[in-house]
Amino acid sequence: MSDQIMSQSLLDLKNISKVFKIGGGLGLISRRTIKAVDSVSFTIPSDKATITALVGESGSGKTTIARIILGFVEPTSGEVLYKNRRISDWLKKNRMGYLREVQPIFQDPYSVYNPFYKIERELEKIIKRFKLASSKAEKRELMLNALKDIGLRPGDLIGRYPHQLSGGERQRFMLARILLMKPRFIVADEPISMVDVSLRTTFLDYLASFKDKLDISCLYITHDLNVASYIADRIFVLCHGRVVEGGPTDAVIEDPLHPYTKLLVSSIAIPDPKRRWKEKTDLTSVESFEKLKAGEECIFSARCPYVKEICKQKAPPFLETKSGRRVACFLYF
Amino acid sequence: MACESESGMSVLEVQNLKVYFESVWGNYKVVDGVSFKTHKNEVFSIAGESGCGKSTLVDGILRLIKPPGHIHSGKVIFEGTNLLEIPEDEFRRIRWVKIAYVPQGAMNSLNPVLRVEEQITDAILDHSNMSKEESRELAISMLEKVSLPVEVARMYPHELSGGMKQRVIIATAIALNPILVIADEPTTALDVVVQKSILQLLGSLKENYGMTTIMISHDMAAHAQIADRIAIMYAGKVVEIGSIYDVFEQPLHPYTKGLISAIPSIGKKYVKSISGLAPGPLNWPKGCRFHPRCPSAMDICSEVEPTMKDVSSERHIACHLYE
Repeated sequence: MSDQIMSQSLLDLKNISKVFKIGGGLGLISRRTIKAVDSVSFTIPSDKATITALVGESGSGKTTIARIILGFVEPTSGEVLYKNRRISDWLKKNRMGYLREVQPIFQDPYSVYNPFYKIERELEKIIKRFKLASSKAEKRELMLNALKDIGLRPGDLIGRYPHQLSGGERQRFMLARILLMKPRFIVADEPISMVDVSLRTTFLDYLASFKDKLDISCLYITHDLNVASYIADRIFVLCHGRVVEGGPTDAVIEDPLHPYTKLLVSSIAIPDPKRRWKEKTDLTSVESFEKLKAGEECIFSARCPYVKEICKQKAPPFLETKSGRRVACFLYF
Repeated sequence: MACESESGMSVLEVQNLKVYFESVWGNYKVVDGVSFKTHKNEVFSIAGESGCGKSTLVDGILRLIKPPGHIHSGKVIFEGTNLLEIPEDEFRRIRWVKIAYVPQGAMNSLNPVLRVEEQITDAILDHSNMSKEESRELAISMLEKVSLPVEVARMYPHELSGGMKQRVIIATAIALNPILVIADEPTTALDVVVQKSILQLLGSLKENYGMTTIMISHDMAAHAQIADRIAIMYAGKVVEIGSIYDVFEQPLHPYTKGLISAIPSIGKKYVKSISGLAPGPLNWPKGCRFHPRCPSAMDICSEVEPTMKDVSSERHIACHLYE
């Protein structure tokens, strides 16, 4: 639908912030707030399917961004446009249409299935809800093909309950689900962290083939730069709720601009004993006691080795430097 | 067995250890005949995927197996005694004093209502004859050794980040100057930067305090960064042991080859998963347990279980390809 109104962006996050209130109760005790997502803007282009990695440490707000895009959480300020329409608008007026096009893959394949129902119900529900099949035979055919295409043996799965499947099988079953729906956009939140090491690349390769063959874009959320560098075309780096750097994957990893990205890249454990870390981590830069701080200054200024006076006074804007590279750091302006 | 000449150097020797779990369907042979030796003053890594039995192996070594699990057979030799045969109260004198253990998810095992310093002194007092004052001093000096600020001593666990908590646990573990430190998945659930600092801390124990470290992890990158030697486990057995450089440069067992080429990493173009799924511990495949997934399987592999052979004095492998 709506091919005419499509412009250059598939998904457009405009200045998204999300503030959570923590602690307190009954309004008697003063509540603290935590800014999980702080003025985040980025776009996913629509002309060509891409995999965009959102990289950040725990607490950087990456899952909150995923939940905002999926419509589970309302942003405190800012707006998210999908095909130039606000997500809240989509969900109100054409919820099914939105879900048809934007699909999640969650981190924990153990908690996404209802344990009381057989696994194939997950696929049957989709076929029914989106009216993908007109007869029982057609429904079965669709299900079997989706499973086979993802390298699962239907005979091993159909009729079984979620607890009878391994973590790898469950996560691949999610891929079969995606294949059945053929959405336009996938939000994958750490999808392989619970998959066996030897099977992880298979999962990633399916995501890549969805992009190449089915034109499905993906926002891939991860803390693992090794994985991001393998799967993504572009990377955005999140630090305490703010995007500090973005650009083509190879450029960001080979030549990180922001001091935080530099720290992340230098901390990657490369699975090769001949390429061990050269320098020690400066532990004082790693941990600070003020985790909840959300002031006006640059979010990384407390840990930054290149900190300048201006960094403590205001947050740097997220601006373009070289072609396609964007960074939020006063070192570059 | 293997490398007899160096037996004087070995800190811990595991001989054919089998840990089974009873069930109505039969025995789950979770650890099924594991043997290895750790040398003095090294980081010995045990790698393997989930379900291969690596954590149960550690529980077996430390006698932490609870029913329905039991140690079916095997020996764990530490300083000339078989740990599995001595009475429990004697073993208590070894545990923590000579062998320290950092369990999986240890940072979540701190008592939320005790200050960090009390938790460390508790462990020290429990396993030594120190006075309260001495143990307090030791606790504070231990925090320094793991690069934590002194203020941490007066803090509660919820005030610390995951990495700091993990460092408190390591401080507690090394407080009594053990000979051997066993760490189970020490960096899981930690951030990249913190992971690096914890691994570097574990890797420094051998130089700074002459300790031997056994690290269990599914993360091959973590092993590559700090290990001296590595054992690869698959389906309840060790399939390959060798120096970390040899194993990464020239993996011999087809499973090790597959595992190493399955890890995505920066600048690596060719990455490929191992086909098939890992088997379960109730019905391990007959013959070599990897043969249903092995690209170089031969007829013999589905019939005869390969035994551990020495390829060289430092390289041991259980695979019919090398016989």
